[in-house]
Parts: sequence; C-alpha cells; structure tokens
Amino acid sequence: MAIAMAIRSFLFLLLLFFSSLNPILSLYEDQVGLMDWHQQFIGKVKQAVFHTQKTGRKRVVVSTEENVIASLDLRHGEIFWRHVLATNDVIDGIDIAIGKYVITLSSGGSILRAWNLPDGQMVWESSLQGPKHSKSLLLVLTNLKVDKDNVVIVFTNGRLHAVSSIDGEVLWKKDFEAESLDVQQVIQPPGSDLVYVVGFAASSQFEMYQINARNGELLKHESAAFSGGFLGEVSLVSSETLVALDSTGSILLTISSHNGKISFQQTPISNLVGDSLGPAVITPSSVTGIFSLKVNAITIFIRVIGEGKLEVLEKTNLKTAVSDALSISEGKQAFALIQHAGSEIHLTVKPADDWDGNLLKESIKMDRQRGLVHKVFINNYIRTDRSYGFRVLIVMEDHSLLLLQQGEIVWSREDGLASIIDVTTSELPVEKDGVSVAKVEHNLFEWLKGHMLKLKGTLMLASPEDMAAIQSMRLKSSEKSKMTRDHNGFRKLLIVLTRAGKLFALHTGDGRIVWSHLLQSLHKPQACQHLIGLNLYQWQVPHHHAMDENPSVLVVGRCGPSLDAPGVLSFVDTYTGKELSSLSLAHSVAQVIPLPYTDSTEQRLHLLIDADQHAHLYPKTPEAIGIFQREFSNIYWYSVEDDNGIIKGYALKSKCTSEVADEFCFDSRELWSVVFPSESEKIIATVTRKLNEVVHTQAKVIADQDVMYKYLSRNLLFVATAAPKASGEIGSVTPEESWLVAYLIDTVTGRILHRVTHHGSQGPVHAVFSENWVVYHYFNLRAHRYEMSVIEIYDQSRADDKDVWKLVLGKHNLTSPISSYSRPEVITKSQSYFFTHSLKSIAVTSTAKGITSKQLLIGTIGDQVLALDKRFLDPRRSVNPTQAEKEEGIIPLTDSLPIIPQSYVTHALRVEGLQGIVTVPAKLESTTLVFAHGVDLFFTQLAPSRTYDSLTEDFSYALLLITIVALVAAIFVTWILSERKELQEKWR
Amino acid sequence: MASIPRFEPVTLLLFVLLSTALTISSGSGDGFTINGRVRIPQGLGTKGFALPGKISNVKVILNGGQNVTFLRPDGYFSFHNVPAGTHLIEVAAIGYFFSPVRVDVSARNPGKVQAALTENRRGLSELVLEPLREEQYYEIREPFSIMSVVKSPMGLMVGFMLVVVFLMPKLVENMDPEEMRRAQEEMRNQGVPSLASLLPGGGRS
Repeated sequence: MAIAMAIRSFLFLLLLFFSSLNPILSLYEDQVGLMDWHQQFIGKVKQAVFHTQKTGRKRVVVSTEENVIASLDLRHGEIFWRHVLATNDVIDGIDIAIGKYVITLSSGGSILRAWNLPDGQMVWESSLQGPKHSKSLLLVLTNLKVDKDNVVIVFTNGRLHAVSSIDGEVLWKKDFEAESLDVQQVIQPPGSDLVYVVGFAASSQFEMYQINARNGELLKHESAAFSGGFLGEVSLVSSETLVALDSTGSILLTISSHNGKISFQQTPISNLVGDSLGPAVITPSSVTGIFSLKVNAITIFIRVIGEGKLEVLEKTNLKTAVSDALSISEGKQAFALIQHAGSEIHLTVKPADDWDGNLLKESIKMDRQRGLVHKVFINNYIRTDRSYGFRVLIVMEDHSLLLLQQGEIVWSREDGLASIIDVTTSELPVEKDGVSVAKVEHNLFEWLKGHMLKLKGTLMLASPEDMAAIQSMRLKSSEKSKMTRDHNGFRKLLIVLTRAGKLFALHTGDGRIVWSHLLQSLHKPQACQHLIGLNLYQWQVPHHHAMDENPSVLVVGRCGPSLDAPGVLSFVDTYTGKELSSLSLAHSVAQVIPLPYTDSTEQRLHLLIDADQHAHLYPKTPEAIGIFQREFSNIYWYSVEDDNGIIKGYALKSKCTSEVADEFCFDSRELWSVVFPSESEKIIATVTRKLNEVVHTQAKVIADQDVMYKYLSRNLLFVATAAPKASGEIGSVTPEESWLVAYLIDTVTGRILHRVTHHGSQGPVHAVFSENWVVYHYFNLRAHRYEMSVIEIYDQSRADDKDVWKLVLGKHNLTSPISSYSRPEVITKSQSYFFTHSLKSIAVTSTAKGITSKQLLIGTIGDQVLALDKRFLDPRRSVNPTQAEKEEGIIPLTDSLPIIPQSYVTHALRVEGLQGIVTVPAKLESTTLVFAHGVDLFFTQLAPSRTYDSLTEDFSYALLLITIVALVAAIFVTWILSERKELQEKWR
Repeated sequence: MASIPRFEPVTLLLFVLLSTALTISSGSGDGFTINGRVRIPQGLGTKGFALPGKISNVKVILNGGQNVTFLRPDGYFSFHNVPAGTHLIEVAAIGYFFSPVRVDVSARNPGKVQAALTENRRGLSELVLEPLREEQYYEIREPFSIMSVVKSPMGLMVGFMLVVVFLMPKLVENMDPEEMRRAQEEMRNQGVPSLASLLPGGGRS
C-alpha cells in the first residue's frame, strides 16, 4: 500500500514539476558559451596605419569596407577595440595624429572624428561642410607642430580645411569653388609648412595651388593647359614631379614644376612596353621616384630620372601588389612588393633609390583558397642587432588579413566572414561503426566524479576551484564539436557564401572553419572576370537513396554587376569542400526556384529564370526532364518589379523556340499582373513563407472546443507599399501625407486576399511570414513609435467540418483537393502593438515537425537579437480574456510588446552590423538552431517551449541516482517495518 | 512596460520655459544640428556585468540608422545636417534600456527644443537621455538553501516518502477498522487514476 501511495505521489510530483516550469526562456551567466558562440570580424581592410614607435603594445589601426574602424594587436591579430559606423558613413581615410588619436574622415568627407588610440573612446567630432561635392582627402601634417598639436588637412566638398587634432576646431578654411576644379591630390613636401593642392579644371587644365599650412594663405597659383585632357588619377613621384595619363590612356604625362613653371613631357606608353596592348592605369603609390603602370595584365615599374626622363625598371606579368612607401631613416624610403608564383608568394622589400638592392626577399607558401594579394601595408622594426626588420600586412582576395614576418604567416584573420550574403546548412557524415572519431568515454569513476562536481555546483556547495573545473569541463566537452552527425541534430555544417565569392563551412558546435573554397581561384580567371556570388541552394541531400554520395550545394553566381550578365553555377561537396563541377551559363540568372522534386540520386530540380523570363531546368538530365514534364502544369512563379510597381505571375508555356535546340529551356506565359498606382503606392517590401517550413496541423483548437482552420498556402505573398513620399527617412513627411498598405496576394492566381491600409505610417517595413500569419514592423508617424502588426488568415470553407457526424457519414470535405483556383473563403484577423526599437532583421524559429510554439527573432538596431513569443502577437488577445481563453494561453492585451532582457538570445553580446538571422530546425523537435550574421557571427540553440523532450544540460544524474537509492532504501525499510508489524500482529 | 499615456502639465510647462538653444542650432549647411547628452547615473551599472563608464561602446542612432554617432568622453553627442521635421533618436547601450526620443526640429523658429520620450510620453526640457532601467540579461542563480533542496522535485519526493513511511502507519493505526475497510472498498472501486486523466491542463506550462 505504501508503495502504491509512493507511485501516486511520484506521479503527482512529476506533474507538479512540469507545471511549475518557468515560462521565461533564459540563461544563467555561467552557461554562456555552452550552446552559443560569437565571433568578431572587421571586414576587408581598406587602409592600415601602424602604431609601433612606442615601447608599449604594438598595434595597427585599420578601416574596412564594412565601415569598421578597429585597432588590432599586431602580435596576435586580436581586436583591441572596434567601432562599426553606419552603412552610409563610408570611411574615406584614417590616420594617427599626435601619437594618441586616430583620425577618421567619413560620410563623403563631411564628418571628421578622433578616437583615443588606447581604448577607442571618441574624443571629438567635427562636421565639415563645403559648397560642392568632390573627392575627399585626409592628410595629417605630423612634422608641422604648433603647440604640440598636429594640423589635420582635409579637402572635402570643394573646400580645404585645417583642423586642430586636439579638439577638432577648424583653424582655417579655403574654398576652391570658383573654378570647376577637380582636386586630385593634396601634397605636403616633407619638411616644409607648405601644402600643394593639385587638380584638373575643365578636364584639360592642370592647376596647382601653393598654400601656407599655418594660416591657409594662398601663396601661389599656377596652371597650364594640355590639349589631350587627363584620365583618372595623378601620382606624385617627387616633390616637383607628377605623372598622369592623357584621356586616351596611351600617353604618359610627366608634369614638373620648376620655379613657378609647369612643364609637360609626353611619353607614349608603346615606347615603354614595346607594343601597346590597351589603356594603362597608374597604380596609386607614394614611393619617391618610382611609379607603376598596369597595362592589361602587365605591371611596369618606371623610375623618373629628373627632367621628365623615364626609365623602365621592370616589366612583369605576374600578379603584383605594391605597398606605400615607408621611410626607414633620414631621407631613405622602402616599399614592399608581392608577386604571385604558383602556390607561393614572393615578398621583396626594396629601397626607393636602388631597384636591385633588395632589403628583404622571402618566399611564403600561400593557400590557393585565399586568391590574390589585393593590398600590402609595410612596417619596420629594429632587430636586436640594430638592423631593420620588416613586417607586412596583406589583404587577400577572399578579404582575409595576414601578417607576414620573417618568412612566415604570423597570424591570419578570416575577415571575409564579415560579409555573408547567403547561408545554408548541411548534415555531417554519419558516424561509421568501428571508426569512432570520439574519444573513448572516460571510465565510470571519472563520469561519476564529474557528476558529483556538478551536483555540488547545483547545491551551491562548490568552491571556486570546483566551479572553474566544472566550467572548463562543460566548455571543452568534445561532444559538441565532433565531425559526425548526432542523434539530436545539433551538429551541422553552416555553409556560408561571402561577398568575396568564398564558401566557408562552419561547424555549429564551436564555429570553427571546417573547409573553405574560393570560387574564383587562381587557375581560371579568364572564364569570368568579376564573379559575384548570389545565392546558395541545397543541391543534393542524400536521404533515402544515394546514401553513399556526399551532399552538395549549388552556388549561383553572376559574371559582372549587370542583371543580364551570364550566370555561373558551381556544385560543391559539403563534406570535403571540393568543387564537383562548374558551369558557365549562356543565359542570365534573374531568379532561382528550387522545385519540390528530386531525381533518383536525390538531386533537387532547380528552375533558373533568366532576364527574358525563359525558364531553364537543372540538372540537365533526361530523368529530370521526365519528372519535370509530369509537373509541367503545376509550376508557377512571380516576379516583383519594384521600380515600376508591378507584380507579375508566370506559368510555363512550351519548349523554347530558339535556333539552338535546347530541351531544358522553356518559354513562359504571363498569367496575371498586379499594377500598383505609381502616384500613390510604391513597393517597399515583399515576403513569402520559407519553402521548407513544416506545419504540424491545419486545425487550431480555440478555447470553447471550437476549431479554426489555418489557411495554409505556399503561394501567399505579403506585399507592403507606401506612399512614394513616405518611402524615405523618418522625419521627411507628415502623418497626413503618408500611408502604408499591406496586401496578401495569391501568387498562382494574382488574387488579392486581404488588403489593409495604415494611415499615417511609413516604412521601412520588416516582415516575416510563417504558417498562416505574417508579422510586420513599420513606423507609426502619429504616435511617433514603431508598431508591429500581425495578420492571421483562416480558411472558412472548412469551418463546417467540425461536425463529428459528418465525419462519420463521410460528408466532410477534408479529402477534397485544395486548389488555388477555387475561390477561397478566408477570414483574416489582425492586431497592432507598439514596439520600442528599430529593426534590422526579423525571423521566426522553425522546428523539425512544427509542433513547438513559435518565437519571433527580432534583430534590433542595437545589434541584439530578441526572442519574442508569438503568443504576444495573437490577434485574439483582448483586454479581459475569459477564463477559457486564459486557459488556452491568451495573454491580456497591452498596447506595447514587452521587452524582457532575459529573452535576448544574444544575451550581453552584440552582433555588430547585423544583417540576417537564419533558423534551422534540429532533429529534436523542441530545439531550433539560430545563426545571426553581420560583421560578427553568433550561433545558439533555442528551445521556444523549453526542452520538453530532453533533459537540460544541467540535469544532475547524481541527484537522480541518490534519490533512486534513497527510494529503494525506503522501500526496504518500509517492507521490513511492515513485515515486523505483521509478525507482531500475528503474535498478538 | 505598463505605460499609461499621460501628459503632466507641470512637465510641459517646465519644458516650454526651460527650452534652451543648447539642443538645436542651425548649421552652416542646409540642415540643423541636434546636440544632446547621454547620462548614465552613477550607481546604476555597478552590479552585474555592465561596465560602468564604458561609454565608448554606446551608439546614438537617428531615424532608425540614417545617422549613427558615438559619445564624447563627457557623454555629449551631436547630429549634423539634420533637416527640419520630427525625428527619432535611439540609444543603443548594452546593459541599459533607453526609451527612443522624439525630437522636433522646427524650421520656423530655430533653436526651439521639443523632445519627448516615446515610451512614456514624458517631455524633456533638454536633450539629456537617461536609461529607463538596467537590463539584466542573465538569470541569477539562487544561493543555496535547505529550502531550495526541499522544494526541488527530488526533495519533495524524498519528503513525501518519509511522510508515507513514518506517518502513514500511525494514521492507519489510529483509524477505525470499520472506516478502514470502507476506504479500501472505495479505492478498489475507483481504481488507480490513470495518467491520461491527469494530463490535460497539467501539461501546459
């Protein structure tokens, strides 16, 4: 009896245990890094300034194409500090002034900032305005000291400014607006307090101004005309000689000024190269006396020997990169030169005055997957034997940053990962029997010891050493970074495509790079000059068939920036990172549609739509055509033309009617089009459901045992349009002249299922579509707050299926086919709420079976990711929910959505420059994997309704064991007691 | 946040009176300059992870990312070249919750400040932004106590076991044999309640 009671009480307690779960999803501070990882990047380096003079920490300050300004440790490549500027605040130049401030010029030369070098604190900020738009140039006059102050010379917007580097005060300014002057360079001859402003006027006039840097006084103005005109940049060769190209790019001009006289010397390039192969380009460089020219693939180094005489130093057809000059001692300069030769790069450091007197010559083995060297920055140090040593920072084609010193790569940073454009996932290989990659499980004693430690931790009895031991034990758990598939589906490969055209495979366990592959490698540059990676698709996912094949991804790219440039396809094995094959297409790629069909080797059929709306089927196999012909009439797609405000729907018509027979090409026909009136509406956002989303059930049981049927269609498109005036920034329109219209459109028929207007609202709109609902975020100008709205769409035609008798008698319509062509009877419900923050991105969690409730993942303007339960965005919320509704889990209505700090997925971290959030279901239904990318990467696991199907990480097995032992002991004790009692009863 | 929209007449009056030219001044270009200050009160941020005085990582954002600026060591910030209109300023600082601020830049009378927190519609007399609250991103582990062990499911289980072992025999002992028989009869009729009948309603967290 006691045992029966115990079982009952156990069940009762178990229930109590489950019902008492805390609904807030949160993390303890010591759990950071267990499930998540965070990586910081900076992007492709544009400019680097070394700071190594002081005896303290050696650092390099860099500005990048991702608008990051960062200070890096020169010893290990780690980030000391970093700031990500706004996307429109492009950095034009950086430099270091008075040894402790980093000066940055950004926003087209209109903002000048100074940052404290040790800690990255902004010291001052100045706004520089000017009369007209122009090139912006930054120059710090380090040798001109005025009361321990360096003067910063900034040429911007047609005006020359001198700014004090201590407080950012403008000392003097000088306008150059009078003439149509196109300023090319601002030059300071070393050791003088003069500044030269050099430029072209009216494209054939060469102008030179001499200005006193102390007070901005114009000392001299010279000009000379050259009938041939000028092309591109000028390069300064010495203090009185400049080189430029004429407008045809075939004649080299040497411009020299002597005592106020400007003279031109013309040298045809064909004289230098032998036969001219095409227009030349001057590579900007600052080495005294030497400049380099690029003619096609040939690089020519030329020295100017006074009076405009030129001497060709070297002609090479190897890929070459040159650094700026570095002054090593009084009047001596050196520069670095890097040349590619096969799998090696040759680094040479040459003095400026002696071409053959190499200061350094090294060969370094370079990974082919890094591509070409794009930029070189040189710095020197003094060795222990008082001789000069050189270190070189190089930026590669894949945007990585490497430091070379003494013939070795000291450190490297994979900064290509700062600009991810697409993400997909791949499973890891299945663990084969016998070839276990895992370490042999440590023995039972170790295991028990670990759990005893954990138990001590949970009971808060552990000493600090014990805590440290627990933490390290948890973090280094080899389980999560194994290279095989796991039972729960937590371990996967994240395949990412970067802007540099490189594929990386990241392990979800710890974020390390498993392999990387540069799409445009050294060996075949002629096929496609400017490859732009576009998208990634899962090409082959062996599942039931073809299990011995490795999964592969399809990379779709384009040759060149224009939309009708020919496309490129590449197929990459996701286990090894090897390119299986690549195709250069004859047609362009406007749209890629992964079809829901696979062939016998589980290759997914893809339809590529080109700019002329022809459809091309891939893979090009007869089997694929066979599958495709069967589904020919079921394939629809749409295109959105933002500029014209037109959405068009298409279907397939017939085989292409072109001169070249191509049985994989199909013509399309336009089915419908929705034209938005251009004077009142402009398309600002479109969003559809994810193709691979799984929905558990169509029915939604509501409080009073009633059922509502979700309208689940894969062909729904959410479109948001705004008044043309209101598509700009906040603050540019009044509420009266702005509105926002949200549409739900069926993309097969073009039917508008729902339309709602938000008066006094404007974009930008961020939206996410899942199951039968769409959530969108916009700005309400009347309240001057952001709002989020939800629209849920329900199918009414099934509303009368609820009758059980109909089901029994077979009169229900559950089996009737669903067709987009039948006129849907839908109802929509919607509601709006205030939301505090601006958004950068929004996504929704996705799980394997779609049973787990959903959470919205909101990327805020502060670069954090907030998880918000979908229950907060439920149109059925009301101020006073009934008892039944409360039981169903409906939250009382509030005017704004709550921001619970514990539900920040990124906890105390920032994903700087947040761009996108990707969710991938794990095999375990409760869990979803979240990957947020921007300049930083962040990955974590999330359980929107808690891990109801597995034990949490801090589950204490030891406590369970102890409890079981105690229970068994108790059973024995009671048994003995009852036996004894019975005996006593019997004796009585 | 339970925010009750209300306008406090006193505050409104104050902010009309105290509006200074500090906040907005017309620049040399086509726009205006908004100057303001972020102040994180001392005392806040001393506990937990948030580092006090680490203001170099605070960003001030105009109109959802149109302009982003940083704080000077004294907490001041400025936006240059802002056109007339109604703007939104947000402060992004790890560890603090700032309300966005609505700022009206008027072309007719430059220098006039109109700023209000959008979360609680409180007017600001000058553009000094303070966090509404601190944000604690982590759950705090409860310190060890006997009660937490007893209250944990395992502890309750053990406790209940003990009760059953030591008190039940006593209860049974004191029971009237007649009543005892009746109770046993009843139990036999009822049977052990199935798990399924207990589940609905209990499974929802």
